[in-house]
Amino acid sequence: MHKGHAERVLRRRRRGWFYLALVGLAVFFLFPLVFMFVASLKPDGQLLSDIGGWRAFLPVGDISFHNYAAVFDRVPVGRFLLNSVIVTVAIVGLGLVVNSTAGFAISRLRWTGRGLVFSVIIATLIVPFETIAVPMVYWVAHLPTLLFQNGRVEYDFGWLDSYQVQIVPFIANGFSIFLFAQYFSTIPASIDEAARIDGAGWFTIYRKIAVPLSGPAFATVAILTFLPAWNQYLWPSMVVQDENLRPVMVGMQYFFQDNTAWGEIMAYTSMITLPVLVVFLAFQRAFVSSVAATGVKG
Amino acid sequence: MRAERRAGWAMAAPAVLLLLAFLIVPVILGFVLSFTNARLISPEPTVFTGLDNFVRAFTADPAFFHSLVNTILFAAVVVPVQAGFGLLLALLVNRKIRGVVAFRVIFFIPVVTSIVVVSILWKFMYQPDGLINSFIDSITFGAWQGTAWLNDPSTALAAIIVLSIWQAVGFHMLIWLAGLQTIPEELYEAARIDGAGTWRQFRDVTWPCLRPTRVFVLITITIAALGLFVQIDVMTQGGPVDSTSTLVYHAVRMGYHQQQIGYGSALSLVFFVLVLIVALVQRVLTRDKD
Repeated sequence: MHKGHAERVLRRRRRGWFYLALVGLAVFFLFPLVFMFVASLKPDGQLLSDIGGWRAFLPVGDISFHNYAAVFDRVPVGRFLLNSVIVTVAIVGLGLVVNSTAGFAISRLRWTGRGLVFSVIIATLIVPFETIAVPMVYWVAHLPTLLFQNGRVEYDFGWLDSYQVQIVPFIANGFSIFLFAQYFSTIPASIDEAARIDGAGWFTIYRKIAVPLSGPAFATVAILTFLPAWNQYLWPSMVVQDENLRPVMVGMQYFFQDNTAWGEIMAYTSMITLPVLVVFLAFQRAFVSSVAATGVKG
Repeated sequence: MRAERRAGWAMAAPAVLLLLAFLIVPVILGFVLSFTNARLISPEPTVFTGLDNFVRAFTADPAFFHSLVNTILFAAVVVPVQAGFGLLLALLVNRKIRGVVAFRVIFFIPVVTSIVVVSILWKFMYQPDGLINSFIDSITFGAWQGTAWLNDPSTALAAIIVLSIWQAVGFHMLIWLAGLQTIPEELYEAARIDGAGTWRQFRDVTWPCLRPTRVFVLITITIAALGLFVQIDVMTQGGPVDSTSTLVYHAVRMGYHQQQIGYGSALSLVFFVLVLIVALVQRVLTRDKD
């Protein structure tokens, strides 16, 4: 009896320390973001004087959305957001189609060169984008492009300053293909055979059987390609000079460089962080399992 | 059979062509350009210059040498610290205790925050009269006011290391956690019956079972660390006096800002070779143990 009581006390105390550690870590991971959101609501004078104490983390004093309005007055941030949405939706959407069909072809169809193609796709995973960024600027500056001018189709060279230069290079993705191939290979082959006997073509099997059965794979790939597309920075900062085509991250860097009003800067960073945070919190379960899936390949 | 072959090619073709055009060709092009004096816009024709770019990098470009050292230094600190911290977090949130899922989500929040945002935010906090210094000032009761972290060559890289780990560690926590959850509970039970304490359980069960996860975590952190760019571009532009310049940052500075595509490609190739060496070493190490 007595021993059991002591053990319970001990366990409860240990649990207390455990929660204390978790809360401490939560503070460590959250305090910069709380500070950012709070700072975005304050005028610069108060923002700087609040830094010395707890008020830095509390929305108190002269609170308003003035900084947000100022950002919109100063730069076309709505346009930047729209550009990022266009680019992200295009990369994720087209990527789902292109990579899933490739994954299907690799995992379920027999064709000459399949093994070689799959090996090359896996080999591409080792190439970080940073290694090809510089030569790729040279490459896209020389690519042909079609123009529609005066009702005629003409061609010219150079992809710089366009949406396509921000989208097309990132549609195909070796890792997405790998994930789809892995997922499709878990669907029993007998289903294909039955459909073949019923006269279904391969594309029909892909569309009517493989796709509907692979929701989780599509969700995982969508999540894993969404974040890097939304966060693109190095590439658009090199190939997009036109302000009308600029994505939010690059727009923010320009804003940050020629602005010293921290309240406005914090308003900008808060504005582009909040939507992603909301999406993450809404789908956190899917996010977590998607990230876990990246580790499985080991 | 022929229909299957044709369908296979047709369905793989879009992805294959795109990867060819925007990954494989740029890799080859980068390799070729490394041996030329190519510029983005130039009145003079591009000519083959042999090993000139590499000779220049290793003998006549002190900024390159600093960048190489900084990159390796950054990776040497970030890889073990981030991997270890990530594992610690994973062990903490792997318990079946109420509220633990919320903490997983909280630790992961910096990962979904753009690294550009994170860099700007931390630059603000690192200001001489910023949040970090006012915190240091208050916990030391005014004994130490901190320093101008990003303006001092001896602290700038360390300051960037801190925020880089803060931002990315949640990702690796989840990878470790996925690994932990594949370990069968019976192994722990068996260890407990043998009288193993917490530490012995970790050493004899957890650690050996995490080997595949470990390889993956180390290799992904290393490659990401060697590619350090955004934090530098946003926060310090390589300064002060090249103390935070990295390989990728220097390659972009030379190849893009100074339009020396040939030289920038050569520097990118050096970075790529470094990544390949790391991947190869990892492979050899893991194969030996199998």
